[in-house]
Amino acid sequence: MTMLGRNFKHTLRNPVAVFNAVLFPIVLMLMFVFVFGGAFDIDGKYIDYATPGMIVLTICYGLSATALAVNSDMTKGIINRFKVMDISRSAVLSAHVAATMLRSLIAIAALIGVAFALGFRPAASPLEWLATIGFIVLVSFATTWITVALGLAAKTPETAGLVSVPLVMLPFLSSAIVPAETMGPGVRQFAEYQPFTPIIETVRGLLTGDPSGNSAIVAVIWCAGIALVGYVWSLSTFKKRA
Amino acid sequence: MVVPMTNSAIAASGLRKAYKDKVVLDGIDLDVAAGTIFSLLGPNGAGKTTTVNVLTTLMKADGGTVRVAGHDVATETKAVRAAIGVTGQFAAVDELLTGQENLQLMADLKRLGSGESKRVVADLLERFDLTESAQKMAATYSGGMRRKLDLAMTLVGKPRIIFLDEPTTGLDPRSRRTMWDIIRQLVAEGATIFLTTQYLEEADRLADRIAVLDQGKLVAQGTPAELKRLIPGGHVRLRFAGDLELDSAMRVLTDAARDGEEDLTLRVPSDGGARSVRALLAQLDAHSIEVEEFSVHTPDLDDVFLALTGRTNTKVNA
Repeated sequence: MTMLGRNFKHTLRNPVAVFNAVLFPIVLMLMFVFVFGGAFDIDGKYIDYATPGMIVLTICYGLSATALAVNSDMTKGIINRFKVMDISRSAVLSAHVAATMLRSLIAIAALIGVAFALGFRPAASPLEWLATIGFIVLVSFATTWITVALGLAAKTPETAGLVSVPLVMLPFLSSAIVPAETMGPGVRQFAEYQPFTPIIETVRGLLTGDPSGNSAIVAVIWCAGIALVGYVWSLSTFKKRA
Repeated sequence: MVVPMTNSAIAASGLRKAYKDKVVLDGIDLDVAAGTIFSLLGPNGAGKTTTVNVLTTLMKADGGTVRVAGHDVATETKAVRAAIGVTGQFAAVDELLTGQENLQLMADLKRLGSGESKRVVADLLERFDLTESAQKMAATYSGGMRRKLDLAMTLVGKPRIIFLDEPTTGLDPRSRRTMWDIIRQLVAEGATIFLTTQYLEEADRLADRIAVLDQGKLVAQGTPAELKRLIPGGHVRLRFAGDLELDSAMRVLTDAARDGEEDLTLRVPSDGGARSVRALLAQLDAHSIEVEEFSVHTPDLDDVFLALTGRTNTKVNA
């Protein structure tokens, strides 16, 4: 808890991270809905299509700040102070994960609020809303752990900033903004098989009241795998870097 | 059978550590009595930080045993960590927190009660002269302030054994002096200090015992006085305008030696004190010998290394 408090204070004192995590996804959504949205040929309202994708994008946007924060902990020597104290070794990392997840959830709540104002009308039942929230938490958990691992593995803050770029870009190459079927060959196959497409389809399915069991299972497996790899990788890197 | 408790705060024997095939520590034996200041002296790359890392449980040794506060660092890590405080070479403060919050964080992590932690934090801020900047973010602190905050953070929870890895490297002379005073105070309160430094002067002023580390081996160990006996004394260096002055000076100063064949320079053994220097200059004056340049040279780490290893410090750095 102490560590979590520390990470929260960090977030509040880092306006750039707050902007990236909360405002940028909203700005992006406004852009897609008002500027590009009309150009895409989607069944139904575009805002209903785009919001689930934007939710997942929001999770990913918050991650670059996490990678940087984890890396600066490792490179600035403060980690050694924590290590020689009689405290749990994983507390430092868990606090980063928890703080990031909370930040993401706040950002997503803000995003959904704006989406409602723009006419987003999901057909989800209360149960499906609950499932959506649970699933979002899972996605956030998994991607954050892999980000922590990347932040730990990066030698410098600059690399740490770079390593999160693929995570931020992947949702764009999925069905977040436009359906995968409309993409060119190559990109389309990639979009269909990368983890974010089933993840986004699951969120979309839940929110439109039309959950597709298949992509949900694939998405949960992906998340569990990513979380596991991230966690194991994080701990082993953490131990190695004295 | 009960093993008698020794008075050692830190005891290491046969400590070895290698990174891949580069040997960093090659059989180190150390014994630090409780309540004393022990200084590990050595140039960059001698293995000082590695030694500290092993003693403070940050790193596992490849061989040898280490007991800190009576506990084995390899098997009783938790007990060791509870007894020690470490201030590393680079100030380990949280830059995005204020000075007060940094200390509060340490108090929370040491699980001090809220009343006690408030008192401890206020005391430390006061003691380190940081009260005024307590509400400012550590990122805005100067190097000296950061070091002070760093040390203050180490002291939360009153560790019995304190490791300081080059605590004054990069500090200005005034901050260095403040740091020395603080270190002396800590020992007066009963703490044991393990200090690494590149400065002979620092070890000389603070330490009860000094060990000289060179390329992973201890080349000498003893009290400052014992070590200084191993080092050639200080000298005065005199430079003359020409061969004539040099020759007459050599006739007058019988214990002088030429500092290289080409230079017009003489080395005269001296303790560097005002009295002996005045006497030396008076002697030259009496013979009307003009000295062009004059400098007093006190023994430094280079001399220690030259005396102990037969080569200079700079070679190790390169």
